[in-house]
Amino acid sequence: MAALYEGYTLCGLVPDQNLSSSGIQGIEEERDSDHVVVTDSARSVTLYKVSDQKLLGSWTVKQGQTLTCSAVFNPQTKEYVAVSDNKVIRIWKEEDVLLDKAFKATVSSDIWMIHCVHGGEPVVLFKRGAVRLLDSLLAAPQQTIEEVLAQEENIRWSTNIVAERQQFVIFTTEQKGDHFLYLQRLNPNTLQRYRLEREEPGVSPLSFSTSYRDKHIHLLYLYPNGHVYQSVVSVQGLAAEEGAQALPLPRNLLLGLPVGDGLLEAASAMVLDEAHVAVVGVPHPSAGAGKDFLCIWNTNFQTLQAGKEMAGKIYGQLWSYSNKVFIPHGKTLSVIPFECPKSSLASALGKLRQAKTEESKAPAFVPSWNNILHGEKAQPSRTVETRKTRTTRKTQSTPSLTIDQVLELIKTAPIEEVQKEVEGLLARADLQDLQPSVGQLASTLVSRSLADPAFYAPSTLSQLVHTRYLCHSVCPDLVLLALEKKDYFLCQLCLQFFPDIPEAVTCACLKTFISMPDVDAEKASLEPDSVSFMETLISRERGQVGLQNGFSSTSCEEDGSNDVSGHQTRTQAKKKAAPPELICPVGLHKAVLLNEVLLTAYSETFLLPHLKDLSSQHVVLFLQYLKFLYLKYSQDDSLHMPGCRSPSLAQVMDWVCLMLDAHFTVLVMTPEAKGLLLSLHNFVKSQVRLVSELGKIEVSLQELKKTKVKKDVGQYSIEVIELF
Amino acid sequence: MGEFKVHRVRFFDYMPSAIRAMAFNHRTERLAVARSDGAVEIFNFTDSYYQEKVIPGRDGRAVEALCWVGQRLFSAGLNGEITEYDLENLRPQYIVEAYGGPIWTISCNSQGTHLAVGCEDGTVKLFEILKEKIQFQRNLDRQKSRIISLCWHPSGAQIAAGMMDMIKIFDTETGRATHRLLVERGVGTSKTREVVVWSVAFLSDNTIVSGDSAGKVQIWDGSMGTLVRTHLVTKWDVLALSVSQDESSLIAGTSEGTVVQFQFLSSTVDRQDPEWVRTRTFKSHSHDVRALVLTDTAVVSGGMDTQLSVRPLLDKVEKNTQEAAQRKIAFPHRNLVSCAKKAGLLLFQFPDHLELWRLGESDGNGKPGDSLPLKRKPEKLLQLKRKGEDHICCSAVSPCGGWLVYSTVSSVRLYKLQYSNNSVSITKVSKLPRELQSVHQLCFSADSSRLFAASSQSSVVVVALNQLECKYLQTLRHKSGSRQPVHLLFPSEDGRWLATANTDCQIHVYNLQKMKLHCAVPVHSSCPTAIAIHPTSSRLVSVHADQQIFEFSLLQQEYTEWSRKLQKQGLHSVWLKRDTPVTSVGFSPRNPTHILLNDTFMFCIIDQSLPLPESRTLLLNQTVLRSLPGPERARQSHAFKICKNFQNVLSVALLDDLSLAVVERPLLDVMAQLPAPVRQKKFAT
Repeated sequence: MAALYEGYTLCGLVPDQNLSSSGIQGIEEERDSDHVVVTDSARSVTLYKVSDQKLLGSWTVKQGQTLTCSAVFNPQTKEYVAVSDNKVIRIWKEEDVLLDKAFKATVSSDIWMIHCVHGGEPVVLFKRGAVRLLDSLLAAPQQTIEEVLAQEENIRWSTNIVAERQQFVIFTTEQKGDHFLYLQRLNPNTLQRYRLEREEPGVSPLSFSTSYRDKHIHLLYLYPNGHVYQSVVSVQGLAAEEGAQALPLPRNLLLGLPVGDGLLEAASAMVLDEAHVAVVGVPHPSAGAGKDFLCIWNTNFQTLQAGKEMAGKIYGQLWSYSNKVFIPHGKTLSVIPFECPKSSLASALGKLRQAKTEESKAPAFVPSWNNILHGEKAQPSRTVETRKTRTTRKTQSTPSLTIDQVLELIKTAPIEEVQKEVEGLLARADLQDLQPSVGQLASTLVSRSLADPAFYAPSTLSQLVHTRYLCHSVCPDLVLLALEKKDYFLCQLCLQFFPDIPEAVTCACLKTFISMPDVDAEKASLEPDSVSFMETLISRERGQVGLQNGFSSTSCEEDGSNDVSGHQTRTQAKKKAAPPELICPVGLHKAVLLNEVLLTAYSETFLLPHLKDLSSQHVVLFLQYLKFLYLKYSQDDSLHMPGCRSPSLAQVMDWVCLMLDAHFTVLVMTPEAKGLLLSLHNFVKSQVRLVSELGKIEVSLQELKKTKVKKDVGQYSIEVIELF
Repeated sequence: MGEFKVHRVRFFDYMPSAIRAMAFNHRTERLAVARSDGAVEIFNFTDSYYQEKVIPGRDGRAVEALCWVGQRLFSAGLNGEITEYDLENLRPQYIVEAYGGPIWTISCNSQGTHLAVGCEDGTVKLFEILKEKIQFQRNLDRQKSRIISLCWHPSGAQIAAGMMDMIKIFDTETGRATHRLLVERGVGTSKTREVVVWSVAFLSDNTIVSGDSAGKVQIWDGSMGTLVRTHLVTKWDVLALSVSQDESSLIAGTSEGTVVQFQFLSSTVDRQDPEWVRTRTFKSHSHDVRALVLTDTAVVSGGMDTQLSVRPLLDKVEKNTQEAAQRKIAFPHRNLVSCAKKAGLLLFQFPDHLELWRLGESDGNGKPGDSLPLKRKPEKLLQLKRKGEDHICCSAVSPCGGWLVYSTVSSVRLYKLQYSNNSVSITKVSKLPRELQSVHQLCFSADSSRLFAASSQSSVVVVALNQLECKYLQTLRHKSGSRQPVHLLFPSEDGRWLATANTDCQIHVYNLQKMKLHCAVPVHSSCPTAIAIHPTSSRLVSVHADQQIFEFSLLQQEYTEWSRKLQKQGLHSVWLKRDTPVTSVGFSPRNPTHILLNDTFMFCIIDQSLPLPESRTLLLNQTVLRSLPGPERARQSHAFKICKNFQNVLSVALLDDLSLAVVERPLLDVMAQLPAPVRQKKFAT
């Protein structure tokens, strides 16, 4: 989940009297991501160090002059460039105190904007659409500037990006309600003109934002009706035919933001990464109108990821440099750090599932066997006290590290240190805050482990899984790594907590579990709850079929005897010696692990092809185990304890069907599977019988219902009643 | 025991009108309910919520608010008039024009000396309450917008007035507005619409509570004029508020049909600063809750869906008792159907017209449970529109079907009907005796030669009818001194007796041959809801609102043996738990020991020859008896034979051919005629 962190104020604003504009013309990145140049709409340019909220320098033009575009910083020459009164280009360095004494050049046409991105040269965009490199313009300031735009066509927005070592100037124009996108490539110069599709009449885009990825320029624009569209322009396919007809620009609706009633007035949407969009000035869907929010939306899932209320008026302006959003609101310019980790549907939805499993867990104050067996780190405690004590312990020993430091550490440090630091981090921070970084931690750990066979931190990983903020799509190699390292406990945890394990991985787990020797399995220490469940299940097979309320259920065995011969004597013989099918065919721990596989979610179509990879004796063994479970369950209903993780009868039956579907022909040919198939056939028979009985009941119940149906009495009838 | 042919009639399109306003008199425990057609009904909460009185409405008189002042009842409406009602003659006593345009609200101070009304023109007008009249005293400062709601401070020194977008507090001494409380508008589209303060309450600690069209219940500090707390209760309107007498609890009614309760509680046990906390939500209605009363024990609510709901607060009543049960009063407690037993006609009374129907016929017999094929369909013979603006208050058709009479508060109209083959001719009897005035109950004698009309001061006017002549005979009076109106009239089949019952719970029997009072039946504490005299043995059976049944011998002038036995043994608890009154009593000519009774949800035959049900036996034993063989059945049967085949019964009458006419009005049909309720978001819609 993306997150917005606590923001801070960079500087105060002097908005217009009628609050129509924020008083800020632009914010540009300076030498690094921590420095910005803020240009206000009147006369001054200010340099800030963002993390210190500190003003480093300020320059002002003379009274009577105004800055007409935001100042930019040219990192190559370490100079600032700004334009005053539309035509005067001013260039100065940080040491210059007075702007008036700095370099000036007057050009012949009005300038719209100067752009400069890192890795590119400063570019001048004129109001009439012409584009020049700053250097070439300064070489001959009074050169004539051609008119690119038509009459009454005006630039609305522009930007500049470097893609594939080529510099592009992108700007949009409006002409009589029509909107056009211009893509100007520099060196060689080409210009492409696109026409934006019309939204509802009289509605023009409120804001544009571009991003470049996968050799395409993605243009994102927001309309007052809350629609956010995306148009994609290929960088390579830029046709050279100039001046041709404007091409229609295909678009797709990325988001339909809830706007409440009426249209948006001052709002802005900005691309943060491929899946996230920051939006300001659009009402929060669950807060009332009249409140302004900065929201992060996930465009893949159309979900609201984070929201923050902004006090004061929103001007619809938004800038973002390196994980910080700059937003003017009210009378302040705020900086809000954010984070947009790779999103997956499971992590978006996973919260629900986690909330559900939470209930079945024992409350935190009950000492859990987990804590005793695996050390307390296995289950980060939720109570405040323990966290505090641990925090104090930690702080006494070592200075605490930030997440970034820990991430760096994982890449190089020895295993003990990594374990210590990650545990420390998890113990220190509030888990809620950690949520985005848990995924990073895990995937870094996994990639280190994959790269370095000697490095493996099982307890740290299981601790991370236990936070329940992980899911398979965040860290796809984790389960396979655990299988490889034979860390069955971690496998079990992953199967339990990951909502989105692909069928292929489930099947790989199954294959490993079924094929591993029992000795290996017994060595693994597993989750005690599930082990104890299996223990009771298996122990019942030995210590008689338990009497329940004085009733011993043997119906199932009788059922079983019907099949082959149906002789009474045989049944009796079976009863004396423990019936062979009631002995668990696999060891305790193996059974526990298999149960976890049975419990995972799957969809048949995806699972079936993978199941076919199992060898026939594994299939037979697994089917025997399933049969064992089936018999146990049909015998004794009390085995199901609410809250206990145990496969349900329906899950067992589904897996039996799946296995048979996948391997039927093979099984028919396998001699040792014959008995098994016959008894499974018997299950089917009994199920069929049950269903047909239910069908009979259904019919009679329906009859009952029919008799209950009241006759529709019309407006009038003459009836005969009798009283006794 | 008996087979009956039943005419099951569902074509009476009776439509109750919506409840508009309510007022509760805490001293007498009477609830006054005003309906949108202008009718006012009085329910007695001490007597099983019996509907004692109905004052008929009048076209153009929309009652917007009601107010009790002591025993006097006032109403005000959008026609701009203040009305005081004459509760003895069931009519408006006088009407005062307020000259302020439509009146939205009326409120009386706790001292009972002044009435305040809120008018469309923005004035709050104070009227002084004098004996027999009210007198305009003065206006408070005129405001720019209409006054929607009013509430006096218990001290009488201040009035809170709810308006558009604001609440104002007036000083009643100076008439000046002392505070202006601005009420926030709703969010979204409703932001542009002004918010209506539908209801205000002024508590003795100077707290003001308001309910408004933006769905808020707001608590204000009236002395400082500041908002203390806002509770958003609904997306729609909060239409009504009511505060309990001890000011510890208040309820708010919304357009969604819910009633929300707030209580004045400390948020934690040891804290000493109680505040208004939202506690319970009741959903008793499908439509707007327009009127609310919070009594000491119950939430009483009414609105667009026409039903009066009484929902006891379970912390105030003993659980699992009769008084803890919720009641919904959907139908009037008096008969709107009159039956011509000999002719097989039914007369349906609507506020503005009468309908006369001839029942259908079938041939042949059928097994119990069958529907018989119809030989002739029921037929509407007549639809008679009333004259004038006053609504019909009572009507009757003579047993022979030859006469039809109805009355409004202003006049009585009598018609002669003649049937020839398939047509009906109707002639109005032009000259009526002038004694026929101010009538609230009408009926004909069994031989259709007399018309009895219950008139003012509990008197009964007797009029003789013959071919085109109508002669006043006598006015029957009793000497008990009661001036309450007669609500039940029953002339005996043999023409000897006339029984009357009034809302003072008195039953008087007149000897019609001597034309004078024969006797008065000992007064039971509960109001009679149905009375009848046995055709042959001259015994009077009365059923009361508390479900008690008495049988009184008119000749011996004492309760009969059976009645004493019944009282001694007591009625079955299931019988006593029924929550609708018995509205008719009849006798079967086939079997003199049978008494026929009905209420809204059952029809019952009491066989006096059979043993009374013991407290432990099953009262509703018809289905059990049906399954038993003959002798066993005889052993198990008891006196109360209750048939629940018919529901929402408005009337049951035994015709002379021994078939029953049962008039049902299914609640679903009533609901279907209501306007659509406010839209509510349901899951997946």
